[in-house]
Amino acid sequence: MAEHTQDSWRKSPGLFASLLSAPTLFLFAFLLAPLAIVWGYSFGHNQGLTDIVVDGTFANYAHALNPLYLSILFKSFLFAAVTTVICLLVGFPVALAITFARPSTKPWLLLLIMLPFWTNLLIRTYALMAVLRTQGYINGFLGLLWSLLARSLDALHIGRLAAFTPLDLLYNNFAVILGLVYVQLPFMVLPLYSAMDRLDRSLLEASLDLGAGHVRTILQIVAPLAMPGIASGVMVTLIPSLGAFLTPELLGGVDSQMIANVIERQFKSANDWPFGAALSFLLMYMTFAAIALQALLGSKRRGG
Amino acid sequence: MPEAKPSHRSRPHRRSLLAALGASGAAAVGLSFGLEGCAPSIRRGSNDEEAKLNFYNWDTYVGKDTLAEFKQATGVDVNMSLFANNDELFAKLRAGNPGFDVIVPTNEFVTRLRLADLIQPLDHSKIPNFKNLAPEFQSTIFDPGRRYSIPYTWLVLGVGYRKSKVDGPPDTWKWLFESDRYKGRISLFSEADDLIKLAAKYMGYSVRDVPDSLLPKIEAMYIRQKRNIRVFHEDNGQDLLLAGDVDLVLEYNGDIAQVMQEDDDLAFLVPKEGTIIQSDGLCIPRGAPRPDNAHRFINFLLDPKVGAEISNTIMYPTPNAEVLKLMPESYRNNTAIFPPADRMAKCEYGDFEGVERSRMFDELITRVKAA
Repeated sequence: MAEHTQDSWRKSPGLFASLLSAPTLFLFAFLLAPLAIVWGYSFGHNQGLTDIVVDGTFANYAHALNPLYLSILFKSFLFAAVTTVICLLVGFPVALAITFARPSTKPWLLLLIMLPFWTNLLIRTYALMAVLRTQGYINGFLGLLWSLLARSLDALHIGRLAAFTPLDLLYNNFAVILGLVYVQLPFMVLPLYSAMDRLDRSLLEASLDLGAGHVRTILQIVAPLAMPGIASGVMVTLIPSLGAFLTPELLGGVDSQMIANVIERQFKSANDWPFGAALSFLLMYMTFAAIALQALLGSKRRGG
Repeated sequence: MPEAKPSHRSRPHRRSLLAALGASGAAAVGLSFGLEGCAPSIRRGSNDEEAKLNFYNWDTYVGKDTLAEFKQATGVDVNMSLFANNDELFAKLRAGNPGFDVIVPTNEFVTRLRLADLIQPLDHSKIPNFKNLAPEFQSTIFDPGRRYSIPYTWLVLGVGYRKSKVDGPPDTWKWLFESDRYKGRISLFSEADDLIKLAAKYMGYSVRDVPDSLLPKIEAMYIRQKRNIRVFHEDNGQDLLLAGDVDLVLEYNGDIAQVMQEDDDLAFLVPKEGTIIQSDGLCIPRGAPRPDNAHRFINFLLDPKVGAEISNTIMYPTPNAEVLKLMPESYRNNTAIFPPADRMAKCEYGDFEGVERSRMFDELITRVKAA
């Protein structure tokens, strides 16, 4: 297949170039050019209220490497890592279940995974707030159970229950992680599913025939074979979580500030675009490093 | 009436009171008016400008029929677009005016826009209705003589609270800033400038030129208080209060007045130490394509009847003395809209003190949140 495509573009480079020109132009004009401008800002400083002078200074990066911002970056990474691990633990069985579902139900299960994308993230986050808040659905339900229990205990003269204290589910780090997992889970499930769906089933049968249990088969056969899917799932979960902005802002409490919230304020209230640009690119450099590391490990694995 | 002491600052959230105070629509009906007898000062007919006007405003921050009436009076079509906050307004204009004729920045941004040379001086000879403004609003410290901005509304930061959940009115900033009495039931507005200036006010200083030596004390106070604060909210303090997530919020009077209509148990007060007063002003940006229409429109908005219709819709305090005379008791005597005079006497305008200070304040609050 790969050979074939390569041949065809060698035979008709003109057609290939014309087909590719529109997306390339789009990429340059609307992604790379703006990024280059922001990258330029990161080496500049404010002059007056509206002008940015790009003079090649590293002051913004030096400032960004101050322990304050590094600790916020570290904390953001921690949030993202915990989110990724939970997504992996939850997403793996889900992907496995979809893989082994009946062919007729598979599209429906996949649709269920993708359904949340049809609703805007902001609306989903507000919905989550309605569920978690002090007088939200979870606390309302628990309160109802509690009052039923209290009434029956009272009726049976067993004892009295204290008044129900609503759980603090919102405005803390728990809510941020929950929100991030909720948003990112489909991004973990889909690559895992596509990797596992391509597995050679006979290998699994062989493993089971040879006496390995189901758990051992999954851990020693399925997981290693699905490794490329796991790696890309980890990447597409970890990187967006690291830059999450809306979730910590709406669901977080006093200790939930992530790096994207700090960056947003640089472009708005602090009106310090060069520093905001430097912080964004610091995040970008780290992402590039992670992708490079992944590619390196991948090529080593393939090289044997 | 506010004793608006000269001074300044910025940044509200104008979810209009329209929906919530819709009940008062009944009052508005009573005040609906044709333009026949209205304002001889409104020039009819055409000037040499295109009969159009681009008005860049906050959401639901104008009367229901105001724009149609302006068209009726002058033939000028007003096209209104909306911004969500001053940062958005500033970001739009900093790259060059995309064609707006009239904008409504908050006072701190009036200063910013003026320093960045993004707004132009007004021609007062074209705004005869200026005389309708209460004297204390005719000149302010951030815009002496109102050369650049005509006040449209004003607002104050204070404490919104749930009456049944507090031990008497929370009459001092202490309950928000330095006490565990309402532990876990407090939400503070997450605006660095406001937090620092209000802390200074609480400590007995002015909100203007907060001394550098005070900043470490303010930082330490907020870091100590973090364990008692449930959340730093963005623009939605009134929603948190209404939903019962918290019982005390730092918010704008207008926003709390809005939810008070939905829930009798809510109230608003300005603590005894005083607070920051802000004011949204009508300005003409540099490069406005139709400056004469812009002046006519600003003058029109200052007309008593037109202003009364606006105030009846948006329910924000008006700086217009003639408008106030036309307003019903329920508006004039609402202490959320008009805090008592002794409290207003302790209010000051904040000031835009330069990019370096913004950056310093922002970093201070970043440290508080990271601590």
